[in-house]
Amino acid sequence: MSELHFPWIEISILVPLLGTVWIQLLGDRENILRHAIAICSLTLVLTIGELIDFVSIGSFEAHDHWLLLDWLFHRDVFVVDELSAFQLPLVALIFLVTVMSTLRTKAPRFSLKLTLISECLMLATFSCRSSWMLIALLIASTVPPYLELRKRKRCTRIYVLHMAISAALLPVGYGWLSAVDQTSSAILIPGALLTVAALIRSGIFPFHLWMTDLFEKATFGTAILFSTPLVGAYAVMRLVLPIAPSWALQSIAVLSLVTAVYAGSMALIQREARRMFCFLFLSQSALVLAGLELVTPIGLTGALCLWLSVGLSLTGFGITLRCIEARISRVALADYHGLYRQMPMLAGFFLLTGLAAIGFPATVGFVGMELLIEGAVDVYPFVGTMVVIAAALCGITVLSAYFRIFTGHPTRTVVPMHARPAERIAVLMLTLLILGGGLVPQPGVASRYHAAKELTRLRQSYPGNADGNVAAEKGAGTNGTGLVSRRR
Amino acid sequence: MNPLEVLFQFLGTTVLASPAVLLAVLGLSSLINRPLSESTIARLTQGAVLCSLLPAIVILAIMLGTGIRHVPIELGNWVMLPEEQFHFHLKFVFDRLSIPFLMLSCVLCGVVGAFTRRYLHREEGYGRFFLYYAMFFCGMVLSSLASTIEALFVGWEMVGLSSALLVAYFHDRTNPVRNGQRVWSIYRLSDAAFLIAAITMHHLTGRGDFGGLMSSGIWPEGTAAITSSQALMVGSLLLVAAAGKSALFPFSGWLPRAMEGPTPSSAIFYGALSVHLGAFLLLRLSPIIEASLTLRLMVITLGIVSAVCGGIMSRVQNDVKVSLAYASLTQVGIIVVEIGLGMKYLALIHIMGHASLRTMQLLRAPTLLRDYSDLENKIGTRLPRDSWVGASFLPPRAQRWCYRFGFERGFMDIALDKWVVQPFVRFFRWCDAVERRATDALSNEASRESDQAELHPEDFKSAA
Repeated sequence: MSELHFPWIEISILVPLLGTVWIQLLGDRENILRHAIAICSLTLVLTIGELIDFVSIGSFEAHDHWLLLDWLFHRDVFVVDELSAFQLPLVALIFLVTVMSTLRTKAPRFSLKLTLISECLMLATFSCRSSWMLIALLIASTVPPYLELRKRKRCTRIYVLHMAISAALLPVGYGWLSAVDQTSSAILIPGALLTVAALIRSGIFPFHLWMTDLFEKATFGTAILFSTPLVGAYAVMRLVLPIAPSWALQSIAVLSLVTAVYAGSMALIQREARRMFCFLFLSQSALVLAGLELVTPIGLTGALCLWLSVGLSLTGFGITLRCIEARISRVALADYHGLYRQMPMLAGFFLLTGLAAIGFPATVGFVGMELLIEGAVDVYPFVGTMVVIAAALCGITVLSAYFRIFTGHPTRTVVPMHARPAERIAVLMLTLLILGGGLVPQPGVASRYHAAKELTRLRQSYPGNADGNVAAEKGAGTNGTGLVSRRR
Repeated sequence: MNPLEVLFQFLGTTVLASPAVLLAVLGLSSLINRPLSESTIARLTQGAVLCSLLPAIVILAIMLGTGIRHVPIELGNWVMLPEEQFHFHLKFVFDRLSIPFLMLSCVLCGVVGAFTRRYLHREEGYGRFFLYYAMFFCGMVLSSLASTIEALFVGWEMVGLSSALLVAYFHDRTNPVRNGQRVWSIYRLSDAAFLIAAITMHHLTGRGDFGGLMSSGIWPEGTAAITSSQALMVGSLLLVAAAGKSALFPFSGWLPRAMEGPTPSSAIFYGALSVHLGAFLLLRLSPIIEASLTLRLMVITLGIVSAVCGGIMSRVQNDVKVSLAYASLTQVGIIVVEIGLGMKYLALIHIMGHASLRTMQLLRAPTLLRDYSDLENKIGTRLPRDSWVGASFLPPRAQRWCYRFGFERGFMDIALDKWVVQPFVRFFRWCDAVERRATDALSNEASRESDQAELHPEDFKSAA
């Protein structure tokens, strides 16, 4: 296995952890938010360094230089590969922009210590290849939101119920899987257990109630940070995808598409912005999951591209809503709030991120959506139609939310409504990535395609996946009929 | 590549790049909150329109001089996965359909740009108008010249978004905004139909460019590379897409609502260009229509129904812009009939003539009313108004029904609301209620803090 030139992975995971200690030592000082921003920025720089180093090596996977954990545990715990290399800076960026867009007045409610611990756990999760360790991290990452709910004296039943089931199914399923013959049909039950665990974590219908409940009860920032990196999709990719038979994956893909259409429709009728965002997110993340489960190189490439797009655009969409909510409290969508005049920049950004999320041309989501549709139709044409319908519903929702929040008769306010410098920087960073990724998509797509091929290869090399090979070949084959942009 | 091809490539790229640059400049200044002055915006717009129009004229002159009838402009692959034979090909074409439509777009955009410079002078949303205008212009140029379904779709989406935002231009009032939302919803449905049609076509033919879809010849001489039943399936979806975009029956309800936007945008978008985009799509893919007799009959029927509805509705409106909008619908319906009958050149000429006339009428409408008012004041009486002679042949009951049908705008919005929107909303509200009960039961308490958000719902009953 190749080696990075610097221990990027472990240091990037350690920095937020040490940052938590540092913030604990600082106590309740006024500039604590600035320190948190600095720690998140450093983490982002380290993950970008890791990505650049990894790309320069040109290998499928690489581990750290001077392995500290290797020395302690005598095994490679953290490894970066093509599937996670882009996800790590994305996670760090999501945390940075969310912390940057936190108003100082809201900082006491939004626990920066728990946020940094969450970042550490997320980065560790996305860097982890060992399945048992991954399961442990997936379970551990559910703790910070729980602590916040407890701290806010909110009911935790729904969250705990779902997460406990998911947390119980993961080790049971994987333990069972390790104990049975992987070429026999006996893997179906542990495979199903792992699948259900991952679906619960991803909020796939009908296991999505915890997600809406979390958005209701946790701080908006925590809800965004817990959901937008798509940890559930990562669990599916690492734990379920290699072992599940094709028919099972296609069934899950159909379930994901039902979720996409259902959540898109539900988003349209919501009367409050957070719930609307939650359903919009569920719809788009379900599309990512649907793409992952298609297991064709094109579909997987689309899903991986869409993953980045959802991470960037819906984080942007979410932090804009959060900025507005921080100023006017919960945003009702039965009203026209007329905020355009007071915050034109945030209005533009809201529209841009919303359109990027639905795959509007020249934004980062466009090519991902096209590839996803292409991959979906290769498996079953009806699936492609469902993707289009889900995207159409989400598109109507986005513009409707824009009109409700930013248009209508403006009302005078006593608090300043314009974007603060930190918010502007966060917004501009995301804007550059959304437009840059949309206008020059080839490097990202090529890299994601390479990762998708490797994922397909890993799946094919799994002993019990003879039928999976056939499906993958069908999707990858030169004889497959094309859709959006395939030519012979 | 010979010198002529290099010249074509250069001129064609200029035509395409010019609106994109305008959009980038206006968009960037808006995004970083550094507004440009009115005169700068106007000059940039004029420059962009001229930089699209003049090279197009040169291309046309060379084509006429040399007898070349088809000039493809290849800008390479935007995205490419060679192993999967996946290419997002940026290919555009100057042919007998795209050149007239492109020139029409440039001329009308130029006229309206010049008109708007004074019409919206010192308006707060001046920059916003020209940003949406640039997006529309860019979308029109891309749609006109597109040689692949994907490129056409990109332009189509840009036109849709800019149209919806411009309808909601006067966004301090809720009615224009609500109408903008209505336009966008119809457009999204038509976009979905278009995309599904494109997917199906690719699935059937494995090709994305129009040359591939039409197995032989260039427009208008191509023959569809699919069977009659396949053409019916794809064509039906395209018909839905075109009906949504061109406000044909039963989607006509958005057209009068679109008149809430500023007069220049109403003139150019909904009176002239945008409303013809559906007809343009049918023209571009006319070989598919010709492949199926059933589809042709569907196209002709849709055109006739839309024209008749538009004719009835335009006669009883009490607003000049709305009346003109429905008059446009009548003409678009007739254009669709012409396409269904295979009279492609006539349809193209009809589009150009009608778009120019309607732009002039809509731009002139506000001052015309003032002139009429002045004239009536001077002569001290109302000007005589001729009623339609044909109406007298109808029985009074039918006359009343026609009046009611026209006045209520064909009951189309009411029908869509009653049969599509309300069942949808009712079903998902029920789902929402089920979710609420489930989360309440699991939490053993009221689980929705969002209920505490202060709601001040507007009175929807009084909405137009």
